[in-house]
Amino acid sequence: MAEKLEAGCARPTGGPVGEPPPDEQQSQQPAMTKEVQKMIHVGKKAPDFTAPAYYKGEFTSIKLSDYLGKWVVLCFYPGDFTFV
Amino acid sequence: MSVDSVFVHKMWNDHELAKMVKGGVPFHMLSDGGGKVGTVYGVYDEAAGVENRGRFLIDPDGVIQGYEVLTPPVGRNVGETIRQIQAFQLIRATKGAEATPSGWRPGKLTLKPGPDLVGKVWEVWKTDMA
Repeated sequence: MAEKLEAGCARPTGGPVGEPPPDEQQSQQPAMTKEVQKMIHVGKKAPDFTAPAYYKGEFTSIKLSDYLGKWVVLCFYPGDFTFV
Repeated sequence: MSVDSVFVHKMWNDHELAKMVKGGVPFHMLSDGGGKVGTVYGVYDEAAGVENRGRFLIDPDGVIQGYEVLTPPVGRNVGETIRQIQAFQLIRATKGAEATPSGWRPGKLTLKPGPDLVGKVWEVWKTDMA
């Protein structure tokens, strides 16, 4: 489900799965923005993504679609070490 | 998930959160550098460079059943999130034969949608249950 990452200096990155390559993305910027706005609807599929993660002492990578078959609560928050 | 790196997540968990929760955070702390995922989910504030407080409930089929987005100064109510998951799990278990009215909690009255219920909700559900 979650793959362990090698420790290193490079900062791991993730992002939406199925994102077009950078060149293509640039030329299609306006169309992309419009599409992105429409991607979240209740009753519709959650957009898939991968993201680096910290979990119980390990650096790992998470892919949303690996969690099919389970309930998932996905929470966004402004920043580490903040209150509220 | 926040725009912080996994290294900052580790520091926050080990040095602060582990003092609130024994053993540290029991969930994966995800990193969204640049807010790429947050942008797709409509919660990334580009001007501030941070994510708003978005919370998405995703069912076992990968379908979004509900979401809530708050600006940063107001925190969430975790109890309400759990109540909603319990309600969605009941709906799923009954394959939609039952519905949970406003204010429903586990063990409380559910409704069975159908022609017989039309105009009769007032007989079983009162406003103080909302």
